[in-house]
Amino acid sequence: MQLTIKYFGMLAEATTINEEHLQTEVCSVSQLIKKLKNQYPKLDNADFKVAIDQQLVDQSHIINSEVEVALLPPFAGG
Amino acid sequence: MNSFNPRYHRQVILPEIGSAGQEKLDAAKVLVIGAGGLGCPVLQYLTAAGVGTIGIVDFDTVDISNLHRQILYGTDSLGTNKAVAAKQRLTDLNPTLTINTYTEKLTPKNAISLFSEYDIIVDGTDNFSTRYLVNDACIITGKPLVYGAIFKFEGQVSVFNYQNGPSYRCLFPEPPKAGSVPSCAEIGVLGVLPGIIGSMQANEVLKIILNLGDVLNGKLLMYNCLTTQFSFFTINRVTSEVSKVLDSANRFETTDYDLFCGVKQISEITAKEAFLVKNAQFIDIRETHEQPKIESLHPICIPLGILKQELDTIPKEKETIVFCQSGIRSKKALEILLQNGFENISHIKGGAIALHEIIPDLIDLKK
Repeated sequence: MQLTIKYFGMLAEATTINEEHLQTEVCSVSQLIKKLKNQYPKLDNADFKVAIDQQLVDQSHIINSEVEVALLPPFAGG
Repeated sequence: MNSFNPRYHRQVILPEIGSAGQEKLDAAKVLVIGAGGLGCPVLQYLTAAGVGTIGIVDFDTVDISNLHRQILYGTDSLGTNKAVAAKQRLTDLNPTLTINTYTEKLTPKNAISLFSEYDIIVDGTDNFSTRYLVNDACIITGKPLVYGAIFKFEGQVSVFNYQNGPSYRCLFPEPPKAGSVPSCAEIGVLGVLPGIIGSMQANEVLKIILNLGDVLNGKLLMYNCLTTQFSFFTINRVTSEVSKVLDSANRFETTDYDLFCGVKQISEITAKEAFLVKNAQFIDIRETHEQPKIESLHPICIPLGILKQELDTIPKEKETIVFCQSGIRSKKALEILLQNGFENISHIKGGAIALHEIIPDLIDLKK
């Protein structure tokens, strides 16, 4: 199945893209993160939350359909 | 308050606001933490709209590098405290309001009494330590928190702790690793971005006061000013995160948020390094019966269990090195000392056992 992955803030800088499509089997959020960190080593040190179809989810959430995955980092600036 | 004041004519003629809405604005009390990139537009619009009591918290002074985005200040404000400089401009904009300035740093010690005097808190801070501090103080005092944060060309907006909604900790339970998220000072920011995000925060404040529209609680708004894209994400309240803050409310005043966010770290030194430090005071936090005694360091002996009661007996100005038997309890002691204003402190890896092993070899070196 095909996922749409969206990167925000410094995560978009770490991957050098705002958005991409990714082919994957059914997996948990943590398995997906592991895969993305392998692909983009600069993500390894980053802290972020994951939203599936605009809803924040836990790392144990299972991705079993073609959804939009957003990686949301915290921002400090003001 | 005269609701027919021509100053507010254009908003009072909106049927959704009217003179009743203007009275609500006049009665409202809003505290803005940080009068920087976000705080400036928030303050400007709240003042213009006639929010009756506005508090400004900022200990920093206006620098020339602030002027490209902190629109309340001019060349005349350089070097002036931001809360004071902001009040000068805002008083000119609308002299009919009460504007309180707080020029000291927001701390766990002053936050609760300060927040209690206001209805709504606005987060315009620029670091995680203060963001978690503001969030927790809002949970404890039961105040809604209008949140905004920026990174280069992107911004976040949300309303936390409103009508039983989620808090900042429900979104980000733990702070990111220290130094992993750069600040505007480190990586720069487009001046208009905090203008947009701060204006949205001001809008949320006005909606809460006026009970208008849909307040942005339970949602995180992400905005990218380069792609002009807005994205919304649903955040649920995580009861355990909120209760954690409420359950430890009695310890809030002594919480060190710099330590929590990793800005300040537990400093660990080896027995040899400790032994060679000149003019340090040593604190042995073991129980009195524990052996071996390390007499050559002339330690002050205060068992960990009574350390909190005995803090006044330890001079703060001296470099302080703490040890226990093996280096585990001394870490705990260091946290207590850090939370109580001790700065130049460290603990010994391996504790008394490590000291005992190396001291016979080093005693001549020290002389």
